[in-house]
Amino acid sequence: MGHYKMLDGNYAAVEALKMAGVKVISAYPITPQSSISEKLAELVDEGELNAKYIRVESEHTAMSCAVGAQLTGVRAATATSSVGLALMHEVLNVAAGLRVPLVMPVVNRSLASPWSLWCDHQDTMAERDSGWIQLYCENVQDVFDSVIMAYRIAEHPDVLTPAMVCLDGFFLSHSMQKVLVPEQEEIDRFVGEYKAVNLRLDPKDPILINNLTSPDEITEMKYQQAAGFRNAKRVMGEVFQEFAELFGRKKSVVEGYRTDDADAVIVTLGSMSGTAKYVVNHMREKGYKVGAAKVVSFRPFPYEELRRVLENAAKVAVLDRTTGFGAQGAPLWLEVKSALDGCKLVKSYIGGLAGRDVSMWSIENALMDIMEERSAKPDTKWIDLQGDPMNLRQVLMNV
Amino acid sequence: MFDIVKEASGLVSHGVSACAGCGLELIIRNVLGVLGEDTTIVIPPGCSALFCGYGPNAGMRVSGLQGNLENTAAYAAGIKAGYAMQGNHHTTVLGFAGDGATVDIGIQSLSGVMERRDKVMYICYDNEAYMNTGIQGSSSSPVGAWTTTTPGGKPTRRKDLLRIAMAHDIPYCASASLANIPDLRKKVQKAKDTDGPSLLHIHCPCPTGWRYHPSKTIEVAKSAVQSGAWLLYEYCDGNITVNTKFKELKPIEVYFSLQGRFKGVNDEGMAEIQQQVKSQYEALLALAGLE
Repeated sequence: MGHYKMLDGNYAAVEALKMAGVKVISAYPITPQSSISEKLAELVDEGELNAKYIRVESEHTAMSCAVGAQLTGVRAATATSSVGLALMHEVLNVAAGLRVPLVMPVVNRSLASPWSLWCDHQDTMAERDSGWIQLYCENVQDVFDSVIMAYRIAEHPDVLTPAMVCLDGFFLSHSMQKVLVPEQEEIDRFVGEYKAVNLRLDPKDPILINNLTSPDEITEMKYQQAAGFRNAKRVMGEVFQEFAELFGRKKSVVEGYRTDDADAVIVTLGSMSGTAKYVVNHMREKGYKVGAAKVVSFRPFPYEELRRVLENAAKVAVLDRTTGFGAQGAPLWLEVKSALDGCKLVKSYIGGLAGRDVSMWSIENALMDIMEERSAKPDTKWIDLQGDPMNLRQVLMNV
Repeated sequence: MFDIVKEASGLVSHGVSACAGCGLELIIRNVLGVLGEDTTIVIPPGCSALFCGYGPNAGMRVSGLQGNLENTAAYAAGIKAGYAMQGNHHTTVLGFAGDGATVDIGIQSLSGVMERRDKVMYICYDNEAYMNTGIQGSSSSPVGAWTTTTPGGKPTRRKDLLRIAMAHDIPYCASASLANIPDLRKKVQKAKDTDGPSLLHIHCPCPTGWRYHPSKTIEVAKSAVQSGAWLLYEYCDGNITVNTKFKELKPIEVYFSLQGRFKGVNDEGMAEIQQQVKSQYEALLALAGLE
């Protein structure tokens, strides 16, 4: 069932938000998310979506409106990118702590400074401890499917944790692909009506939400949030399974590609995962026993599943689209490294920053490099540096 | 002895841990007394958060959310929209914030609500400094006032919240004071009945921060009004009504002398402030078409 549509990543996200029946929208435009804000406004204006659109004056307000609205018992929607996500930071933690299961598409874009309009994962990685589930998308179909499934995961009573669906700026947000969109009745059956099951604002049954709380209780409340993440892994498995049965597209928290007999595997997030698979095929033809692993859920991190996927690999290259300043390696590497036992060689690679293309060349270089790596504790390698990075611009004085 | 179980009345619980003589407590009791149970209140983490309660104990018998410091109006807008989409157009959604959370860090989200004409009622209780964090200056602290961050007296004049609201041309905004509680309650009712954003700016004497005896709160409030330091007026559908008019304002010195925070103002400063107060009153009369 369903029908094909030509959609870019942003419109696929909008299509999913619309079909999930969001009732309040508060969005603030930012490149490359803007077409999400615009399209939602248009759908409400034309009566195609029965929702209230609040034309907010900042991302901070966008998130605050969404939290307030959803606390009354409706699905609320917003979306953002980059510095917009950073501006939401304070309220992201409120949404998580109040267990408001918002679903938010985040169009990945580099964080200032310097200014960049283009993709990397610095924005969402900076929010990895804000208490939100994070799912990363490989293609446009994935964006639609992930948003739909995120509602089921986030709203599950054992989870009650908001979810970000991360799609790479421009690579996905502005890339048109053929998307199979199910019928509305199918989505209605799958997603269901929203019911606020924990905190709810209702004048007929008044409660005061978010009081100052003593140290006697907060540790336990945080433990409950952690339990929500633990449960999210199980619920994700169930939801992915049900979705596959209904719609025929299978997803898992981490996806291995030709990893069974691979000596070296590259681990990626997001849209570069497609390129990684292509490079693996290419290198296999040349006789290299390599594989690829795509992490779909970064929060909760699928460490057990990843261990299984990487079981037979002696060497693991982890490619981060973010920097991890001052740490031993970038964020994805830290997770992979701590998930695996000590006998594997796990090396951190950084590349694809601020829109620099993660090319076939980058991925092949990382795989060749890890195959040749002899050190047990190799340093982080920046794979796509150009020229002499410490002498980037010539400064002319007193001209 | 007051028997809480038998004698408690109203929507605000007794024994909330406000300072003795706190003007805010009188304000919130009167506000919720007028608005009633069909209210959802949004409160930032300032002095008024005391009325949310502590841990599992609620300080009020209404639904509400303690938000962040700068997004009271934003949460309120979202809540109103959520109710509206479920067919509830009757519940009053009230943002209730101090001067810091309103004129400083919260001015942006409040401006958003006013410009979009969201049907949100907003009250700024103005105790003229960041009192909950320990008396630091705000942009609503009056010129000359001592605070811990204006130890030599505040060198600049206050921001004019009602003029900011009027510049957004919202349907209803007004100032109010504990000096005239019937007038305050009447304005709360008008704000509640407004179809669109409404704003009340309520003067809120604070014995702890203003350095006066807790028994003098009403006296201080009245003196502020009589001296013209706090002007009572309304803006309704584009028209200004001055609620309290004077043949002659009482000297500002009388109001200042009731409090410790103006001790550092010298004769020259006093004369200058007196002149400012007078011209502000005259400007208001002119704005109202009375002069």
